[in-house]
Amino acid sequence: MDYPEDLRYTTNDEWLRVDGEFAVTGVSDYAQDQLSDVVYVEVTAAIGETLAKGDAFGMVESVKAAADLYMPVSGTLTEVNEALSETPELVNMEPYTSAWIIKYQITDPSQVDDLMDSAAYVTHLKGKNS
Amino acid sequence: MAYIPHTEKDRQEMLDVIGVQRIEDLYEAIPQDVRFPDLDLPPALSEMEILEELQAYAEANVETRHFNYFLGAGAYNHFIPSVVDHMLLRSEFYTAYTPYQPEISQGTLQVIFEYQSLIANLTGMDVSNASHYDGSTALAEAVILALHQHRFKREKVILSPGIHPQFRHVVRTYLQGLNLEIVGDENLDNGQENLQSMIDDDTTLVAVQYPDFLGRIYDFSSFGEAVHTAGALFCVVVNPLALGYLKPPSEFGADVVVGEGQPLGIPLSFGGPYLGIFATLDRYVRKMAGRLAGETEDSRGQRGYVLTLTPREQHIRRQRATSNICTNQGLIALASTVYMSAMGKHGLRQVAELCYQKAHYAAAEIDSLKGYRLWNSDPFFNEFVISCSHPVAEINDYLLDREIVGGFDLGRAYENLKDHMLLAVTELNSKDQIDALVSALKEFDHA
Repeated sequence: MDYPEDLRYTTNDEWLRVDGEFAVTGVSDYAQDQLSDVVYVEVTAAIGETLAKGDAFGMVESVKAAADLYMPVSGTLTEVNEALSETPELVNMEPYTSAWIIKYQITDPSQVDDLMDSAAYVTHLKGKNS
Repeated sequence: MAYIPHTEKDRQEMLDVIGVQRIEDLYEAIPQDVRFPDLDLPPALSEMEILEELQAYAEANVETRHFNYFLGAGAYNHFIPSVVDHMLLRSEFYTAYTPYQPEISQGTLQVIFEYQSLIANLTGMDVSNASHYDGSTALAEAVILALHQHRFKREKVILSPGIHPQFRHVVRTYLQGLNLEIVGDENLDNGQENLQSMIDDDTTLVAVQYPDFLGRIYDFSSFGEAVHTAGALFCVVVNPLALGYLKPPSEFGADVVVGEGQPLGIPLSFGGPYLGIFATLDRYVRKMAGRLAGETEDSRGQRGYVLTLTPREQHIRRQRATSNICTNQGLIALASTVYMSAMGKHGLRQVAELCYQKAHYAAAEIDSLKGYRLWNSDPFFNEFVISCSHPVAEINDYLLDREIVGGFDLGRAYENLKDHMLLAVTELNSKDQIDALVSALKEFDHA
């Protein structure tokens, strides 16, 4: 399992990468492994919509489960990764790069600091599996 | 040995938890004197005597085989080939339960798959689920699909007054508590133009019936476009048998097609169990409730069938599932599958055409009688409305004495259709039967 240092993580296994005033979010390596083969990614929030931290913005469906996706921080949706509608398996293959799911403008940058860094997330996962 | 699983101690513990002294305390709300009323039952009878008595009750019923039957209004008296019952009663199919294990359920899964394919073909839609309870709950599920499609941001539902009155009731019951605005059916005169003027950007779904409850057939092509222009979903409630003859609703741009499957080989049986048809487009498949069987290949490359797209369902998605519908009408879906297979494309068309022609013959004959007038000039399928000069109940009593079951009293469903009768004609009504109905109506008017 790989948890890049430059990302932040949520307890619901989303990751967030800050890029200026914007951020992109996808699901972690752990999440894709738990889900197994991903067959469908759906973003239910609309571009231009402002969502609060913790709001559901979509879901990832695999051959055995369906998981809801929640906003790691509050933000306004600016882009959706259209590639995932054709090739959802990218979530399994490249969860941190080509399988980003949404891009949004961060409303409250201070919320980013509340998220876990790589080390904290690894510790969190260990606690979950023990 | 008494087969009572709870000991006295168990029961005392349970009573302590809920905070009552004795089991009798649970019935406090029921007045003492009605708890054990004296039922005044007749003395017990032997099996032979009981059967005789029940048989007599059964024979007191009006039975379609011995009466000229012209009642429809959502449930129709059609011919059912013997093969339907023969297949239905095979023990392999004799369970309503969902086949979760494909290893032992290939037969059932294949039937579901065939059912879906037939319904998709008939309606012209991409995909069909493996049924709901009946047409009315299928319509309610169409509203739920639309609500999810718009993520509950649109809260207005427009129902045509031409939709079966009971379907409209069920939609309201099913969706109570969601504070939806359900409009359109408050006035029978709300045709396409009026309904179209009600569509706005808060409208999630617009539903019409085809042929409608009064038998009328309309072209909804431009109406469907108007619905889509407003970003709403378009639902068409169908009589599946009529689709053997009419243009499929997919050509009107329907997003969802629902309907009562009873005309497809299901007996009237006092109103159920029937079959809810639900078909939609590929892009809504993940928001569709209910079972879906798919065709696949096993490890040896052989064709096989499995339940598919299950993660959207409640046993995986839990409270986030689109619908809590679980039990479908598996056995009834099987019956309709056998019916459709036995009839084939041409057979279905032939039945539909017979219904159409016979109904038009009956309508013209009745319209020529004094005291009866065909209410409207719209094209119709196998049902039509007759304005009568007497109360429908009186006419029906007169007909019943002559072994004819007359039409539905529309005054019961629409305020301004008092003294209007909805008559249904199917392939089972012979010319002689229709002529007998016409003579009886004529006699009544003279009587």
